[in-house]
Amino acid sequence: MLYGLKIAFRYLTANKTQTGLLIAGVAVGVFVFIFMSALIGGLAVFLVQRTVGDIAHVTIEAPSRDPVSLMPEGVEALVVEQRATNQRQQLRTADAFLPLIDAMPGVAVTSQQIVGNGFLVRGVVTAPVSVTGVETDKVSAIANIEKALKSGSTDLSNSTVILGSKLADDLGVGVGQVVRLQSDQGVERAVVISGIFELGVEALDARSAIVSLATARTLFNLPQGISRVEIKLADLNQAPAMAERIAAETGLKATPWTEGNAQLLDGLRAQASSGNLIKAFALITIIIGVASALLLSTYRRRPEIGIMRAMGASRGFVIFVFVLQGALIGVFGGLIGAGLGYASLLPFPVPELAPPGGLPVDVRQGAYGLAIALTAIGAVLASILPARAAARVDPVSVIGQ
Amino acid sequence: MTALVEVRNLVKTYGEGEAETRVLKGLDLDLETGELAALLGPSGSGKSTLLTILGTLMRPTSGSHRMLGEDLTTASDRDLTEFRNRHIGFVFQFHHLLPDFTALENVIFPAAVEAGRETREARERGRELLVRVGLEHRMDYLATKLSGGQKQRVAIARALMNQPELVLADEPTGNLDRESAMQVMDLIGEINGREKTTFLISTHDEKIAEICRRQICVVDGRAEMGRERA
Ligand SMILES: Nc1ncnc2c1ncn2[C@@H]1O[C@H](COP(=O)(O)OP(=O)(O)OP(=O)(O)O)[C@@H](O)[C@H]1O
Ligand SMILES: [Mg+2]
Repeated sequence: MLYGLKIAFRYLTANKTQTGLLIAGVAVGVFVFIFMSALIGGLAVFLVQRTVGDIAHVTIEAPSRDPVSLMPEGVEALVVEQRATNQRQQLRTADAFLPLIDAMPGVAVTSQQIVGNGFLVRGVVTAPVSVTGVETDKVSAIANIEKALKSGSTDLSNSTVILGSKLADDLGVGVGQVVRLQSDQGVERAVVISGIFELGVEALDARSAIVSLATARTLFNLPQGISRVEIKLADLNQAPAMAERIAAETGLKATPWTEGNAQLLDGLRAQASSGNLIKAFALITIIIGVASALLLSTYRRRPEIGIMRAMGASRGFVIFVFVLQGALIGVFGGLIGAGLGYASLLPFPVPELAPPGGLPVDVRQGAYGLAIALTAIGAVLASILPARAAARVDPVSVIGQ
Repeated sequence: MTALVEVRNLVKTYGEGEAETRVLKGLDLDLETGELAALLGPSGSGKSTLLTILGTLMRPTSGSHRMLGEDLTTASDRDLTEFRNRHIGFVFQFHHLLPDFTALENVIFPAAVEAGRETREARERGRELLVRVGLEHRMDYLATKLSGGQKQRVAIARALMNQPELVLADEPTGNLDRESAMQVMDLIGEINGREKTTFLISTHDEKIAEICRRQICVVDGRAEMGRERA
């Protein structure tokens, strides 16, 4: 009803300071809501990116027979590689299933790998390494070696190696120098260092040696087959579903990244629930603020309400006027809060590109529509109590005064 | 000719038990169309109570109240609200305008709340009424910016907005000086003469009462008809 809207609007504009403060309060609540959404969402993107950025989303291996018994106690980062060097679990039939996986929607890239353990020897200095053999055009397919390169290049030939920076430092070697690579199968090759990278992940920077698939075949006496296939997906959140699908379609063991990162996921969930709690409190604050302000206004306007009723305004009309005030406050406060939220989040880089130490807020995850909608609904709910109080005003009780 | 308002054996008691006060004790009253009647009686005699019941703002404890042939004692709240809006105008002692609205907006309120919006016709009529009460130069003033007499004239214009058959005025001049009071009464007399709107005006003022053609006195919870002037 147009006339109810006019009256509601007039009531709100009649006391501009009070209405202004009320809307500002609602806007602050909405701002908190949006900022929390952006921060929690951004943190999740940031942390997942940090964790998953340089590892495979899904890893395919041969179904293992008894992997636990093969794992030596007390060896940390080498555990995974140790298992693979036993050579008992190689994928012999990669050619058969790889085209199938490559064709699956959602698969961004696949990388065939041969992994194993060995030593890097320069003169009298020896360092344990985990060797990864990759297709020469897919050096940067899983971890972005290209981007992490400190010196040299990522070109691989059959006699070159790319090393982690910590490993190179330990051995005191640089690009262009020759080192000897010794596998745990007793094979030894002289290789030239073609590149040195620093991913910022200790385990990789201190242990990793990347060679071509061909080199790895020689080192580990593996004329055919591979150890594993690592896969990057277009959407890393699809990893569990994709892993299940790949396992079902190929009969191989497919492990999503989430399996080894349960703690991260638990942390993210806890973070999301604490964020939701803060958002709920922001909403409750809005509702209480609107309800108390409108209740006060109802009380102040008792005589007018009585007179409107005497002039033929129905109870429903009075309720409508007050609920509409709540709705207007909610919508305006919501829009202003959302606008401010967006404007203040916009200068932040998206969390994927957030500099270390920066606040990883995600302007895309502000949940603006939700914030406005919940605020409007909350404000309407908040106005029901005052509106009903207003509708109960008895004209007789006010016109005598 | 049937009466516009017909009240029979009207009883109104306030409170219960020990605190029960019987204010109206079987009051009978008829008002004809076009009457201009004063409602007199000592303070606390029940004038306001009677006006409130006649205005359908309060239900009597017992007795019958009919207006325009309708039995208003049994009507629903919703029907009473609508009836009030169409057929009854109020003027109170303390003006009771909506403070955040202009004189014109106040006058057209009864029409706008019925139609759901301020129609052009309503605005036209509102302006005419304000001209009639001598406030053509104050139409767009906020109600709070008007003097007491001006507010009361706006209230009269508002009471007439929906062309009601009956206007109930509870001490409409009680708060005004002699000159403003006479202006307001002249206005009421003029409208009553021209439009045949029935007025019932409660007052303590003998001079005001004398202006009215008929005088009704509430004594001991009953209405005593005063003299009727030619
Ligand atoms: N809401 C109420 N509850 C209890 N008693 C009431 C109530 N309203 C009025 N009364 C009592 O009813 C009686 C009549 O009151 P009413 O206001 O009708 O008198 P009145 O004739 O209008 O008086 P005045 O000339 O002073 O305005 C008074 O004794 C009053 O105390
Ligand atoms: Mg009175």
